[in-house]
Amino acid sequence: MKILTQLHKNRSHSEDPTDLPMMMAAESVKKQQPKKGGDGDGKDGSDGAQKLAKKGEQLKEEMDALVEEIDEVLEENAEEFVKNYVQRGGQ
Amino acid sequence: MAIPKVMGTEIEYGITVKGDPDFDPISSCVLLVNAYHEGQTGEILWDYDQENPLADARGFQVEGEKYTPNQQENIARNKTLINGARYYVDHAHPEYSSPEVTNARDLVIHEKAGERILEASRREANALLPEGTQMLLYKNNSDRKGNSYGAHENFLMDRRTSFKQIVEHLLPFFVTRQIYCGAGKVGSENCNQPCDFQISQRADFFETEVALDTMVKRPIINTRDEPHADREKYRRLHVIVGDANLSEYTIYLRTGVTVLVLSMIEDGAIKRSLSLRDPVRAIKEVSHDPTCKREIQLEDGRRLTAVQLQAEYLEMAQQYVGNTDDAETKDILEKWADVLDCLERDPMELDRQVDWVMKKALIEGFMERKSLDWAASQVQMLDLQYHDLRPDKGLYYMLERQGRAERMVTDDEILVAVHKPPEDTRAYFRGECLRRYGSAVFGVNWDSISFSVDEEPIKRILMAEPLKGSKAHVQDLLDRSKTAAELVKNLGV
Repeated sequence: MKILTQLHKNRSHSEDPTDLPMMMAAESVKKQQPKKGGDGDGKDGSDGAQKLAKKGEQLKEEMDALVEEIDEVLEENAEEFVKNYVQRGGQ
Repeated sequence: MAIPKVMGTEIEYGITVKGDPDFDPISSCVLLVNAYHEGQTGEILWDYDQENPLADARGFQVEGEKYTPNQQENIARNKTLINGARYYVDHAHPEYSSPEVTNARDLVIHEKAGERILEASRREANALLPEGTQMLLYKNNSDRKGNSYGAHENFLMDRRTSFKQIVEHLLPFFVTRQIYCGAGKVGSENCNQPCDFQISQRADFFETEVALDTMVKRPIINTRDEPHADREKYRRLHVIVGDANLSEYTIYLRTGVTVLVLSMIEDGAIKRSLSLRDPVRAIKEVSHDPTCKREIQLEDGRRLTAVQLQAEYLEMAQQYVGNTDDAETKDILEKWADVLDCLERDPMELDRQVDWVMKKALIEGFMERKSLDWAASQVQMLDLQYHDLRPDKGLYYMLERQGRAERMVTDDEILVAVHKPPEDTRAYFRGECLRRYGSAVFGVNWDSISFSVDEEPIKRILMAEPLKGSKAHVQDLLDRSKTAAELVKNLGV
């Protein structure tokens, strides 16, 4: 998109899928974190794929841990709880 | 030249008592706000004298009855805190109005302090409830059954800016800014098109473009003209279109960008016509499309996505700001550009920054591992529990604990703001008066504080300038005044 391309012409992004095996490319696009100001100019070389693979593994483990913790804290009797959560309209 | 944007938020929280089939929201709210003792100094009235919620910014007065509770009810429902905030019962919800601040980062700190204050009083209130019942609070905007409650933002604006200009330039901005400040919601309500998940909590509830109402037939732009300041010089823009956010990054960006756009409107820096053909329809279309690819129609026939429309505002803002030295403005512009870039590529990249994406990623991860669909009650529970104020149960706080939420401020800063007012607005004077002379304070409003000293008539001190009453301005006066009587005397009231 033209405007955004112009706005970001000085930033380069590392997720060019052609650099990566296809499986990882799909994963990387989904899990890619946004660039923060100032550190968005780095270029990932061939070790970029490895880093992403590791990152993918790590994210999967994190999500497993997250789901485990949700299981521990999620309100029991979700159906009834959600049904009973009725508010009076406010502003 | 745009005036400094003094600002604050008012958040209405959802409330329920688990295990109590006869749960009454109003008495629960009264119990809640009265359970907060920290820094409370006796019986202080909220001063309704100068309030006028029926004044319309388009230049007329709407007929209706102004709400003024009796004294006992007033004291039971209103607490003014030593950090300069107001904590009270609004209809059937507890509400926290932050003290006035001057920048986006301070707003994050003080809005977050509000969460801590509500959670602290929730714990106190629970100690008074029968065994087997538990009060719960939610920083969200909907029960998903057609009932909504607000998260309002307030910005000081120059009275000379015409309201027509404000409306014209804000409508397209407000319709589209939800792509980086929505809090996310499973499903739809209020007779809107069904969907699995949408960007905004509130979009389903907007039915008109511009009006005074806040509770029925809600408008995208609210016209309440109650400046709580010198009304010859200022207006207070009362923004009701936003969601209650938990992500610090989202609150920061939402506030900073809105301040920039309002300043541009005051300085006549919005030259492009971005008017939408049907804003009320568009706000729902944008909300119902988590891919952020849907195009909405402009008055001039163009079709742009919400991201493209925001990029138009961003580009004008970059030109407007030029080479600023202001670190926060620079940071906001960078983050705004980054976020739009991500939204253009893949919104799910923002799963540590933007509330609706954080929530969606969390729910989808859970659904995938549990083979659930969007209609599952556990999924709806996740949606609600994202907003739960309990630090050990709230799913936003869980993400934060696990390092999956980008922070903008520190816990220490938030804890300080629970007890101390901002130092650069009149909130400092308000908070310090309550701390130092609390027992002599009779009544408070945003722009006044009145004292009952000895047997003398009530003395009201007006604070029509939101930037006066800052630490630099009044610390010496306060230090010289050991008692409220001395303060009143030193002020020559």
